[in-house]
Amino acid sequence: MSETNTGTIVKVAGPVVIAEGMLGSRMYDVVRVSKHNLIGEIVELKGDTASIQVYEDTVSVGPGEPVVDTGAPLSVELGPGLIESIYDGIQRPLNELYKVQGNYILRGSQLPGLNREKKWHFKPVIENGTSVSGGDIIGEVQETPILLHKIMIPLGISGKIEGLNEGDFTVEQTIAAVTADNGQKTEIKMMQKWPVRMGRIVKRRLAPESILQTGQRVVDTFFPIGRGGTACVPGPFGSGKTVVQHQLAKWVDADVVVYVGCGERGNEMTDVLMEFPELKDPRSGQPLMKRSVLIANTSDMPVAAREASVYTGITIAEYFRDMGYAVALMADSTSRWAEAMREISTRLEEMPAEEGYPAYLGARIASFYERAGSIECIGKPERRASVSIIGAVSPPGGDLSDSVVQATLHVVKVFWSLMGKLAYQRHFPAIDWLTSYSFYKQYLPSCFKDKEQGQEMMVLTQDAMSLLEQEAGLVEIVRLVGSEAISPADRMVLQTSKSIREDYLHQNAFHEVDTYTSMEKQYEMLKTILHFHKKGLEAIENGVDTEEIFKLEVRQDIARAKYIPEKEMDTIIKIRNKIDEQFENIKCEVKIEARKS
Amino acid sequence: MLNEYQTVTSISGPLILVESVDDARYGEMVEIEIGDGSIRHGQILQVDRDKMLVQIFEGTEGIDVDSATVRMLGRPQELAVSPDILGRVFNGIGNPKDGGAEIIAEKRLNINGNPINPYSRDYPNEFIQTGISTIDGLNPLVRGQKLPIFSGSGLPHDELTAQLARQATVLGKGEQFAVVFAAMGITFEAAQFFINDLRDTGAIERAVMFINLANDPAIERIATPRVALTAAEYLAFDRDMHVLVILNDMTNYCEALRQISAARKEVPGRRGYPGYLYTDLATIYERAGRIKNKKGSITMVPVLTMPEDDKTHPVPDLTGYITEGQIILSRSLHRKAVAPPVDVLPSLSRLKDKGIGKDKTREDHADLYNQLYAAYARGKECQELATILGEAALSDEDKKYMTYANEFEKRYISQGYSENRTIEQTLDLGWELLSMFEDSELKRIRVEYIKKYMPKFRKQ
Repeated sequence: MSETNTGTIVKVAGPVVIAEGMLGSRMYDVVRVSKHNLIGEIVELKGDTASIQVYEDTVSVGPGEPVVDTGAPLSVELGPGLIESIYDGIQRPLNELYKVQGNYILRGSQLPGLNREKKWHFKPVIENGTSVSGGDIIGEVQETPILLHKIMIPLGISGKIEGLNEGDFTVEQTIAAVTADNGQKTEIKMMQKWPVRMGRIVKRRLAPESILQTGQRVVDTFFPIGRGGTACVPGPFGSGKTVVQHQLAKWVDADVVVYVGCGERGNEMTDVLMEFPELKDPRSGQPLMKRSVLIANTSDMPVAAREASVYTGITIAEYFRDMGYAVALMADSTSRWAEAMREISTRLEEMPAEEGYPAYLGARIASFYERAGSIECIGKPERRASVSIIGAVSPPGGDLSDSVVQATLHVVKVFWSLMGKLAYQRHFPAIDWLTSYSFYKQYLPSCFKDKEQGQEMMVLTQDAMSLLEQEAGLVEIVRLVGSEAISPADRMVLQTSKSIREDYLHQNAFHEVDTYTSMEKQYEMLKTILHFHKKGLEAIENGVDTEEIFKLEVRQDIARAKYIPEKEMDTIIKIRNKIDEQFENIKCEVKIEARKS
Repeated sequence: MLNEYQTVTSISGPLILVESVDDARYGEMVEIEIGDGSIRHGQILQVDRDKMLVQIFEGTEGIDVDSATVRMLGRPQELAVSPDILGRVFNGIGNPKDGGAEIIAEKRLNINGNPINPYSRDYPNEFIQTGISTIDGLNPLVRGQKLPIFSGSGLPHDELTAQLARQATVLGKGEQFAVVFAAMGITFEAAQFFINDLRDTGAIERAVMFINLANDPAIERIATPRVALTAAEYLAFDRDMHVLVILNDMTNYCEALRQISAARKEVPGRRGYPGYLYTDLATIYERAGRIKNKKGSITMVPVLTMPEDDKTHPVPDLTGYITEGQIILSRSLHRKAVAPPVDVLPSLSRLKDKGIGKDKTREDHADLYNQLYAAYARGKECQELATILGEAALSDEDKKYMTYANEFEKRYISQGYSENRTIEQTLDLGWELLSMFEDSELKRIRVEYIKKYMPKFRKQ
């Protein structure tokens, strides 16, 4: 372990470098390549020859230059300072790099993931002399106003803790020492490291049993994602994938959000960087940035670091999970990640499977999504937590038979299908209600304080969905024979499903009120729309003309319900009274008409 | 010190293999002197012990295994830049083509550039007035944006890009503007059309051109967009200029890339294009943008021809995933003699919301384009219905929308290639077209704007 291996480069082909004399190196060890000091990772070993995927541009690297093994796998630094950071795919802080190197990212730069100078106020939560083991929470740091960073004993260490004191420390200073039974003493620091390709250990995995609320009506009502669940958002370009991802990152009711911009546009990441510090979380009133970690490996940054970026993200997410928090990870886009895998695989001259992707594509995607979950954390005190993953997929030409989409659909439990057609009609979010699905629907009632309301919401969503399905069938008929040919009741169905689509599912991400809708408001809105439907059907049975119903002025109120602020929820309930009144009026008119004739 | 080798062992397509070299480094440049004394340029694609694989930009015709001398230059591909590059014409790898003198370098820049740190980017939000209504009014272009034109063979994208280069200005500011034009595999005629157009308007003084024609070596094209962007970066971020980069035609570039990939016997991706096409395109397109604390900016308009007008072809598809929107040209509009034939409905500018509104264009801009767009979408549907069922089958309202769609195409979209409309003219034209509807039908526009901007209210 002590001596570092040094080998010699024999071959360079793009981001893949092959070096000799690497006997003793292990798979996935991080190496420093050439005199430019580029970061790389060993991805293949044959005898003393190692294939290395290099995370930076390899121009001007040639045979004969050295490769130095650092003896450790690719790891991230975990500790106070993660929140509000923006990292590249291998946890180099971009804001610090900007200070040192200026506008461009240069090669061979080495900056630690966590700030070494900054002091954090550490407060112990256990007494000196307590027996501790890996995962136990020993103290806290108030990292941001809304995030209490819990300091845990790194795994593999146990014994009696001594020297705990409240005070200001940097992440590298010793905050305590643990003496094991055999007398071995280990110093504890606030920072720990973890290899990114390995999931962090948990005590027990649990089934998800509640919903992660997002404030997006089509998501929460019809296709909710469970806490610890996985979701996939595929769609062609221009269908609003990134807006959906941004909306979820903004409004999801998680304690920590990790946003991985994987091979996407630079200007989009700038948008996130500028917007998140300004936007306020609806629950805490604090800027969203105070609970977010951003990882930006834009499409022009080295491809190997893009491959690593989702692992860096999920490892950071798991670390916060282990503190007992609900964490949400957004990855935009996993197709770019898969493409990075394909590129490396091609350079390694591996045998390709479908569309040139490596044969292990499905396995890699599955094991990434499997790192999500609802769990019981290791260590004391007992705590439950979750990591939920929402991955965007960008299939070529929007074709859902693409290998990445198919491999993802094998493992995820929620599928939000974005349709180019809906986006053309400017229906956003363009999530298609007929093809999308969710396996977490049954947990919807748990979102409501009032149990009865929750049960009622289940019924409402089922009714609404069956209306939308009926609509799909009716539209075909209308197209063939015209709307006069169908029964008044069917016309009412068409009208109500249009109302569900336009007044409920359509949600304007850029409107200050409409951008977020609480579960309670969703319930009231949907109930109102379906109440109108029920009243309408009753009226039709009593011989009222459908045109009379569609002319009712209260429909304007229903359409505007989405713009009613959360605080004025009563107004929505009043709309239902107004519906009753107006239907009462037309009923009277009908009676008068009948008497006249 | 330059090392020379005469150890070329095999030549295949654009690639040569050289053995027994001891200082080859990946990505660096070499010169090849062939029998007749002429010099070719190449780049090292792969080094394996003492063997190196080199791609030759000018093609391998006339190179022989026996006498060719390979000289290692020991540096990556570079471009010499100085303010004198303005007004000059270069070939696809940056050597003067206009018979003028060599550029005396202020500095030499690696043409591959470096990725921009996302943290140092500034968000594009300054409106560029192009004088073209379909762009200014409906899909506004902002500084630092990359907005491609998806075209097809036989469509007038050359006229449109020439118009863009001629007319683009930023409102109310007398700042320095430059055009960098990179031609990849286009015809002499198309390139000359563009050069003449710039010359006639005097714009050539502030233009730099990199020309690789259809009969120039295809491999040279791989370097052309990079060379052009290096010049653009120099002008934008060293010389504080606002640079418009036009890359025409990216489909030819991708084909050259495919050619190299095939010659290297790489595993092909979709339609034979290499699996790294997305990454490769991204390293070109992402060089557009603005940088904090820098005055200049790079705005990019790549042009690509979609084979068979197919938007899902890998080149437009991957481009669409990287760029911030797209302007699509329509063959059916072109047949109707609508010029420029911009297909409004599928065209999109992702950054429009940040560049328009009060103090940028006008407060009513966003509402207005939503309404114009919605009404045109409806009108188009009615047009289609009328062709199936006949006009008689339409309701009066449908007929009105159809009339609107026809007028919209005739007056708003079709403005010709020489008319330069100010943004006010574009917006007012929109209002004029909408005036055929009742005010209550204009649901997407705030009532106060209707009161303020509708022509009938304005006259009073």
